[in-house]
Amino acid sequence: MRHVLSVLVENEPGVLSRVAGLFSGRGFNIESLNVAPTLEAGVSHMTITTSGDEMIVEQIMKQLHKLVTVIKVVDFNELAAVEREMMLLKVQAEGAMRGEILRTVDIFRCKVVDVSPNEITIEATGNADKLQAIISLFQRFGIKEVARTGSVAMRRSMQAEV
Amino acid sequence: MELRGTQILLESLQREGVDVLFGYPGGAIIDIYDEIPRHPEIRHILVRHEQAAVHAADGYARASGKVGVCLVTSGPGATNTVTGIATAYCDSIPLVVFTGQVPTKLIGNDAFQEVDIVGITRPCTKHNFLVKDVKNLAKVIREAFYLARSGRPGPVLVDLPKDVMLAATEFVWPDDISMRSYNPTYKPNLNQLRRSVDELVKAKNPVILAGGGVIMSNAAQQLTELSREFHIPVAATLMGLGAFPSNGDLWLGMVGMHGTYAANMAINHADLVIAVGARFDDRVTGRISAFASKARIVHIDIDPTSIRKNVEVDVPVVGDCAQALQGILDICRKRNENMDWEEKHSAWIQEIASWKKDKPLCYCKSEAIKPQHVVEVLYKLGKGEAIIATEVGQNQMWAAQFYTFTKPRTLLTSGGLGTMGYGFPAAIGAQMAFPDKLVIDIAGDGSIQMNIQELATAVYNKLPVKIIILNNMHLGMVRQWQELFFNHNYSSTNMEAQPDFVKLAEAYGAEGYRITEADKLEAVLATALASPNTAIVDVHVEREENVYPMVPAGAALDEMLLV
Ligand SMILES: Cc1ncc(C[n+]2csc(CCOP(=O)(O)OP(=O)(O)O)c2C)c(N)n1
Repeated sequence: MRHVLSVLVENEPGVLSRVAGLFSGRGFNIESLNVAPTLEAGVSHMTITTSGDEMIVEQIMKQLHKLVTVIKVVDFNELAAVEREMMLLKVQAEGAMRGEILRTVDIFRCKVVDVSPNEITIEATGNADKLQAIISLFQRFGIKEVARTGSVAMRRSMQAEV
Repeated sequence: MELRGTQILLESLQREGVDVLFGYPGGAIIDIYDEIPRHPEIRHILVRHEQAAVHAADGYARASGKVGVCLVTSGPGATNTVTGIATAYCDSIPLVVFTGQVPTKLIGNDAFQEVDIVGITRPCTKHNFLVKDVKNLAKVIREAFYLARSGRPGPVLVDLPKDVMLAATEFVWPDDISMRSYNPTYKPNLNQLRRSVDELVKAKNPVILAGGGVIMSNAAQQLTELSREFHIPVAATLMGLGAFPSNGDLWLGMVGMHGTYAANMAINHADLVIAVGARFDDRVTGRISAFASKARIVHIDIDPTSIRKNVEVDVPVVGDCAQALQGILDICRKRNENMDWEEKHSAWIQEIASWKKDKPLCYCKSEAIKPQHVVEVLYKLGKGEAIIATEVGQNQMWAAQFYTFTKPRTLLTSGGLGTMGYGFPAAIGAQMAFPDKLVIDIAGDGSIQMNIQELATAVYNKLPVKIIILNNMHLGMVRQWQELFFNHNYSSTNMEAQPDFVKLAEAYGAEGYRITEADKLEAVLATALASPNTAIVDVHVEREENVYPMVPAGAALDEMLLV
């Protein structure tokens, strides 16, 4: 099963290789890994998408926690969370195709971020399923390049009980 | 007052109470060596190979319970420590290893004797540091010792660039230490302790499985009380030997691949296994699906990752073994005053007694000297007071099986990594910690050649370590597997091409003895053990003796090959 883990780490040199090395050394999967600074100086946030059965994911969480530079580990599968990923797509766009490409961009609320006579670069945001759907749709025009950030996630705010 | 990095290092070691440093100099740490003679309170032991420095620090740590410390130069000095570090890591031994490094401005330039030792040792240290600024040096050293000895202990490496050691700063020793990302859990959850006691109350066939964690956390006392008061039989892993007096009705013996019949049968017939500071290594469990398949499992460990890593656990208890056992004792004593524990477990203890009686550890006597007998004689001659180090292979298993370990920290052996060449330098380290004790390395003729150069270290420092070679002129354990599972195809396991160990000992200035006849065994061993000098005793033993019982790889614990 796919799990999205949120990991707060001390922003020290080598912290990324400690985490990446843990996954490779123990044979855990990494689907995507995203790191960026937080508002607190010296602390970075990683979002790791991984998969495995319950016992493996429990091990992954514990092993991450055991790393001396890891401050906190949360499994978003256990909590309501919003998850988003950003993707840039460079699509072949010549002549008659351009109109249809632009319509598709609209429907999926993507954005055009760069244009040339024969290519259009599109920015898309969504969860993994949505991005997969967008890729499938644009495939028939010809995708020249894809760049994806990997997922980032955040816990949903508490909802008032009704 | 400002101090240079080199001075800060030695000041800090002194604050940490370090009295012995095992090391080997080189260009990147020559400035540190310049400082060492100014600190006579720290004894520096010059080894002959950096691997041995780490094993010696490890032996010192296992025997004394203190943090072992070593110092080596950059590049090859640093890479030579890797086997030692990995050995300590697998067995959770507290070490701080200082490595020299090229000056910070050269790091990454493939400078002379530069290796990324922090990168290399990341997966085999508890944590490691590269000190880039002398201002952080004291704090890093403080953290390194704290990490090494706290929680689940382990080796910590500190990489020291040459320029950092030459730079000066105000020396401030941090009084307090707190790391927001590192907070080991010592105090076990009370509810989990209560649940453990519930399991114990219900059980008819309980077994305690003692691992190395019992020794690390100085919990042997509590373990023994729990077993004796509530009549619970005890088995131990290799690392747990010494945690419980290995004699008496409640003692089952070692479990696992070369465990006793009684211990392995008990585990697989138990309805409750209380594992304390053990991590269910595959050498312990045999085929995992068959391991303790009738039992509920209570697992006490300070490291949460050990729990539910290899086996499903019914009651996990995260915390210090000594505190957890004390908690269980307290609850048990209070809650079940009227319970007749002896009666409750009597059928089980009888069943165990019959396993012990039917299939005890044994070997066939013959004309030749039996290696098992050598171990028994060593126990007798040392009156059980010796510290025993072992190498790896058959010698290690015979030491584990036939020596009666009654106290913690008296067996120094590479359990997790199985490092040949560990025993002799570890014995040197233990002898440094306990100059007046008898320290014996039970060795194989193969393993001893892996760090034989340390004879010079032992002789120069007047360390009366005794090396007893169970010389079968084979890489015996591998030969045993070839005999049993590879149709006697003894590929590359003959060790007849070996030095004359007596002459070799003498060449180094140690004493050398050779024993080839059984009737001389005891007398010659007695002479060697009584000597105030470093000595090798080359005992020519039965060449194709096997270690039994044996659980073949992939078999269940109760599927043992017996003598
Ligand atoms: C450094 C290292 N290399 C290889 C091995 C594999 N190995 C395990 S036991 C063994 C044989 C050991 O022979 P010896 O020291 O003579 O001891 P014996 O088994 O004969 O008692 C070998 C080669 C190991 N454990 N460690």
